[in-house]
Amino acid sequence: MATRILDLPAEEYMLPGNRACAGCGLGIGLRHILKAFDGKCIMAVPASCLTVLGGMYPSSSVLVPWMNVVFPSTAAAASGLVAGLKATGREDIPVLAMAGDGGTADIGIQALSGAAERNTNFIYICYDNEAYMNTGTQRSGMTPLGVRTTTTPVQGKQQPPKDMPRILEAHGVPYIAMTCPSFPTDLYDKVKKAIGIRGTRYLHMATPCPAGWQYNPKDTVEMGRLAVETGSVVLFEIEHGAFRLTSRSKKLAEQGELMPVREYMERQGRYKNLDEATIAAVQQWIDRRWEDYVRRDAESAQS
Amino acid sequence: MGTRDCKHESAMATPCSGEAGITGDWRSARPVVDQSKCLAVKAGRPACFQCWAFCPEGVIKKEVGSEVDLTYCKGCGICVEVCPADAITMVPETEESA
Amino acid sequence: MITEKKQRQGAKTSPKSRAKDEKPQSGNGRVAIITGNEAAAHAARLCRVQVVAAYPITPQSAVVENLSKFVESGELKAEFVTVESEHSALAVCIAASTVGARVFTATSANGLAYMCEQIHWAAGARLPIVMCCVNRAMAAPWNVLNDQQDSMSQRDAGWIQIHCRNNQEIFDTVVQAFKIAERVHVPVMVCYDGFLLSHTVMPVCLPRQEDVDRFLPPYTPHTLLDPADPRNLNQVTLADPRVNSEGVLCHGYMELRYLHQEALVGAREAIVAVDREFDQCFGRRWGGMVWGYRDEDADVCLVAAGSLTMEASTAVDMLRAEGIAAGVVGVRAYRPFPVEELIAALKKARLAVVFDKSLSYGYEGPICADLKAALFQSEAAPAVFGCIAGLGGRDVKARQLADAVRNALKQYDNGQRTAPPAWIDCRI
Repeated sequence: MATRILDLPAEEYMLPGNRACAGCGLGIGLRHILKAFDGKCIMAVPASCLTVLGGMYPSSSVLVPWMNVVFPSTAAAASGLVAGLKATGREDIPVLAMAGDGGTADIGIQALSGAAERNTNFIYICYDNEAYMNTGTQRSGMTPLGVRTTTTPVQGKQQPPKDMPRILEAHGVPYIAMTCPSFPTDLYDKVKKAIGIRGTRYLHMATPCPAGWQYNPKDTVEMGRLAVETGSVVLFEIEHGAFRLTSRSKKLAEQGELMPVREYMERQGRYKNLDEATIAAVQQWIDRRWEDYVRRDAESAQS
Repeated sequence: MGTRDCKHESAMATPCSGEAGITGDWRSARPVVDQSKCLAVKAGRPACFQCWAFCPEGVIKKEVGSEVDLTYCKGCGICVEVCPADAITMVPETEESA
Repeated sequence: MITEKKQRQGAKTSPKSRAKDEKPQSGNGRVAIITGNEAAAHAARLCRVQVVAAYPITPQSAVVENLSKFVESGELKAEFVTVESEHSALAVCIAASTVGARVFTATSANGLAYMCEQIHWAAGARLPIVMCCVNRAMAAPWNVLNDQQDSMSQRDAGWIQIHCRNNQEIFDTVVQAFKIAERVHVPVMVCYDGFLLSHTVMPVCLPRQEDVDRFLPPYTPHTLLDPADPRNLNQVTLADPRVNSEGVLCHGYMELRYLHQEALVGAREAIVAVDREFDQCFGRRWGGMVWGYRDEDADVCLVAAGSLTMEASTAVDMLRAEGIAAGVVGVRAYRPFPVEELIAALKKARLAVVFDKSLSYGYEGPICADLKAALFQSEAAPAVFGCIAGLGGRDVKARQLADAVRNALKQYDNGQRTAPPAWIDCRI
């Protein structure tokens, strides 16, 4: 039974007056992630927007214990927390690793791959705002095709993003999910489900960023919704190998129609003045991936 | 008086609201709730709570008739967008209101 | 300054037979004929380390292999994390130490260099991690043999660095290192020479578990991450102090660095005290910060760190036989640097010849440079001549060291008080 907004816990573990930008999608996401944990976890966080949100010494903006770690080693540090807690008889405390897209797909992928191969018992959440936002919007391996960043300033990025969930799937980890803070109950339910599973659990949270995507901060929630409506982001989970579309993406598959990606791109400054060929290439990339997801969803449903 | 009295040996922080200061200062416009339009107020029981669920700052309580905590509200305007009853409007901050 | 009696007893023999002469008394333990790497692994085991994370690299690999054997066989109740890199090895140790586990790792050369940012992090976070650095030359070009460029390159990362001269000292120093680290909240790097010690068997006394337990009580962490008291560790820290929510003025970045330096300087006392406490428990001591061999009346002192001091001791015997009053001053702790101890040890000497197995390119050997700086505050400073020896595993013979001393003496007699480093056995 899916959780409704009304059922989400009232308790807050992220404190107001923090250092995140106005309209930060990560703020919405972090609130619901920590609600799912009931505030009972230990976090490993590398250099990222989340570090900024977490605050500066001697004050912290979260009500959970939090260990800052160097940029490439989120998953390794989380492995250390798991080992240390086990060795000291506190194995019941869940470990939450949380890193951005660059910290996950670029500089952190080696440590994540190692930890996933060991099936280390932690939850890893990649909050994907699709570029190095904390350092001023440089291109990452997760930046979508066509996006202008400060290191793809003229032509826009020439490559589609890495498929991180698929990379994790190749490691055979027990739970993988794609989610988005614009769908807080989808996010909450997936974190809750992940907490109940042992081994490496990977959640990929598509996280709209007003500063980097260049839209009005009031539109953060809508931007995430548009991402899902256009298939730019697809909500799904892979539980012990079984693929399943979830919430709005499941409905979209049933309806059989996605919104053209152009309507999502036109709302963001980072896609400004994009040529038709690139828009078509993005649409093609989305269509092919969507077709694959819908097929996998149907196959799982049959088996 | 020096910093030795804090007795910290490494950077070890404790939680508090307003880590970044009174972030309400960041606002250029404030959300104003018309309680008469709010679905939860009209129903007289917990309902809707979209503004609470989507606030990136956590400055709206999950309560019927909740006001926005303007001390820390950064004025992003998400609550206005997600409110299905158009009960919230952004009002520009003027020197008097600040 | 402690002069080793056992060292002196072996004075008339070669380094190899000296090792034999030093054969440890088993006491309540047992004597095993083992390599330096095995000695390090046994020490970690008897210290009851709770988390081990390490990645293989020559010549350190046997440390990892032995520890994984101890863990898999149940001899050691610990979590062994088979990480995918050295960078992750230290990341695991940092995190596990943060939640209160006693942790251990080991590496060499490029592995140590790959850890670099974690090395700084571990020290800045003030975690009592113990890591063996099995000293090996840095690439390029590839070379798996011994020199000390690797640990020297991490000199300024804020760790305590202790050099060992034989396998018993490796064992004893690892055990001491946990006590030192947990007392002063600074990580300790136990350095020993690759192959020369790591792969050479020597008799090593392995004490009984209960005796090690008595010497080293369980680790009581000074910070602990716990949901019941949610702390946030090592966040961005501003240049200036900042008041917390209770109105208490807390450190800026600079104050934290001051405390770190204070801890490193204060570690001198802990290193000496722990060596003394170790002696009381096990009947062996290693000199604390520095040690000497035939140095009490020495006119000329050979200064070095690690196994090179064994060759230096043989060279001293050769020089003594020629009527040169030579002695060895062994640098055991390189960081904190034993300033006062070296000033005291060299106060009667007219000449110090420093043998470095590493080089600060564009300058000279790091021990030599540091010694000169230390002697600046001495009213009775000897002349100091530096030599570079044994890079990339080049064999160093005692007679070559004796030759270097004779050359330095000639220069000294010609009125020189220092010189650019002399390269021993460099055939360019």
